[in-house]
Amino acid sequence: MSIHGVSRRTLLKAGAAGLASTALPLGAIRSAQAAGVTVGAVYVGPRDDFGWNQAHAVAMEILKGVDNVTVIEEENVPETDAVAKSMESMINLDGANLILATSFGYYKPFVLDLAAKYPDVQFRHAAPLWNADTDPKNAGSYFCYLNQAHYVDGVAAGLSTTTNKIGFVAAKPIPSVLSNINSVLLGARSVNPDATVQVIFTGEWSMPVREAEAANALADAGCDVLTCHVDGPKVVIETAETRGVKSCGHNASQAPLAPKGFITGAEYKWETIYTMYAEKLAAGEELPNFVAGGYHNDMVRNTPFGAGATPEAIAAAEAAIEGLKAEKPIYVGPLKDNKGNVVIDKTYDNYDPVLDGMNYLLEGVSGSIT
Amino acid sequence: MTAVTTDTPVRLTDSTKFRAWAEAVAIPVGALVVSALIFSIFLIFLGKSPVDYFQLLWKGGFGTSFSIQNTLQRAAPLILCGLAFAIPAQIGLTMIGAEGALVLGGFSAAAIAIPLVTGGVPVVLTMPLMAIAAMIAGGAWIAIVGWLRHARGVNETISSLLMTYIAIAIMNFFVEGLLRDPGSANKPSTMPIGKDYMVGTIPGTDVHWGLLAGLILAVVLQLLMNRTTFGFAARVTGGNARAALAQGLPVGRLVVACTAIAGACAGLAGYFEVAAIHGQANASLVAGYGFTGILISFLARHNPIVVVPVAVMFGAIAASGGLIQRRMDMPDATALVLQGIIFVVLLTSETLYGRFAIFQQKAGADRT
Repeated sequence: MSIHGVSRRTLLKAGAAGLASTALPLGAIRSAQAAGVTVGAVYVGPRDDFGWNQAHAVAMEILKGVDNVTVIEEENVPETDAVAKSMESMINLDGANLILATSFGYYKPFVLDLAAKYPDVQFRHAAPLWNADTDPKNAGSYFCYLNQAHYVDGVAAGLSTTTNKIGFVAAKPIPSVLSNINSVLLGARSVNPDATVQVIFTGEWSMPVREAEAANALADAGCDVLTCHVDGPKVVIETAETRGVKSCGHNASQAPLAPKGFITGAEYKWETIYTMYAEKLAAGEELPNFVAGGYHNDMVRNTPFGAGATPEAIAAAEAAIEGLKAEKPIYVGPLKDNKGNVVIDKTYDNYDPVLDGMNYLLEGVSGSIT
Repeated sequence: MTAVTTDTPVRLTDSTKFRAWAEAVAIPVGALVVSALIFSIFLIFLGKSPVDYFQLLWKGGFGTSFSIQNTLQRAAPLILCGLAFAIPAQIGLTMIGAEGALVLGGFSAAAIAIPLVTGGVPVVLTMPLMAIAAMIAGGAWIAIVGWLRHARGVNETISSLLMTYIAIAIMNFFVEGLLRDPGSANKPSTMPIGKDYMVGTIPGTDVHWGLLAGLILAVVLQLLMNRTTFGFAARVTGGNARAALAQGLPVGRLVVACTAIAGACAGLAGYFEVAAIHGQANASLVAGYGFTGILISFLARHNPIVVVPVAVMFGAIAASGGLIQRRMDMPDATALVLQGIIFVVLLTSETLYGRFAIFQQKAGADRT
């Protein structure tokens, strides 16, 4: 009871303060509902993290320019029941027609439960988790093979390094991270057979102190190009720049953070998917349940080359991009892991599901996943 | 907590009690109002309307039945974490490790569920066993903090904070290794306990039973701390540990007991996170509830029953946060600014107790 009283008094006092300053747009709460399509995006971190969340926010910003599309966003939503309530609030209070749940842990149980509860609303989740047999038909997944852009990073890094050592700060030893590490190695090896990759796992998606320590340790170990797969690569790129070593980015553009040493970076191009969703919704068409892709269908890109890229690196990287657009395979077998076992028996297509279960580091990568 | 100091024994009259009560209400409420005013100035500097802000806060927190359920659901873990700070605070400890106990409690519940669920143990048995495992794990974890404090003189604030990181590391170690569900490739988690073993919602609402558990515990702990010899002894120890020792009170046992109770509360919050929300243990358990509980307990002046409305207020701030972000184009950090202002103003207001004549007993009056 007392809490209602408190809030009401708080409200009145604040209201009085607001009235006193006449310059304010009183009561002008704009309605987020408009004719057309309302797309709501939920992010697990801040929109300006130079990483995963920023990559989505950049795409949503582009979506704002599409006719008849209203964009609503919410940042820093944890992977708890908070996200269920955030999505429900977008549906109930803002009339969202499509919810984009951008963090891995949002899917189960939150997206699944809400999709069942709101069959008229479309839910799409940014990881390949949707199962046609068990999951609601108004839910779905979209996913980009970022390892293709990391392969290009590797090519450029392989020709920009002088020590032949590339450092990689990684979050967790899970398949999507391992695939990026291995792709950097294969990219670098494709142009520089002496190139190696050294990995340090921080164990967390976002642990800036440990990321800085890892970046410093890799620089100390003689790596003269650093790259990473963590939620926000800002710390790694900045540390590389202050240490005077070159860097390749991840998720979004980190070029402004390293004016001297930035080579290129692996970036998502979510706007390809988001614009397609919005246009289909506006036209009353069904949304595909599962969308995945890479370079061949314009879903990833590399950051424009920075001062750290040598002319040879730029030429080779551009050639590699053309190759990937033509679906040239990255994993050309047979390949051994760094313990000597053959883990890739033959050449696999870049989208082969076999590669989604990757649980090894290839020969040439020093580091351990256990 | 006598409001009178005198050499002769006195009986507290209704008037004295009322004055003390009025002071305990007026000062925090005043602090909230001042916080709201400071925050309004902050908003005006940002070019945003405080009126819009507080209207949306109301709408998103209490304005619709959906909003109220949203608020209460978010308040559920916060009540338990607020209690986890409040009980050690009564015995004079600044124990900030509820987050670790929550994580470890939730993990233990999920871990013990694996053999129970695969072994086909009935739901009626599995559920309480999971909850008990969570409370024991959380309780034992924080009891270590109390024991270190009493037996080794280790500062409980530092040890409980550091132990939070150890607790999270322990969970990660098992979740990413021994107890990892093979199906959870890109988000390491324990085996899902399955729908049948999940805690449901309070009928007619979306709110899980953790809210009721928090309410009951708040009442029980309020009675324990204020109506029993245990609570009295604990509060005496909190007032002056040396005096308590001199009186022959079992200070060590009291400290360990209070920290164990605190850990059990946080562990129970972890149980509900696993059994009512996630269905498995993973990194999502680390959501910061334990740290928000510190703020809530301070706002409630470490008063178990008052933790409940304060937690509801924080639930409302969180519940309306999304709406405010979307409608006012403000970053999520705005809510943190509000919480920070409330915290600082509130701590400052602690110095005001006893300074207002109106709340003090007049000299010579009301004495028998």
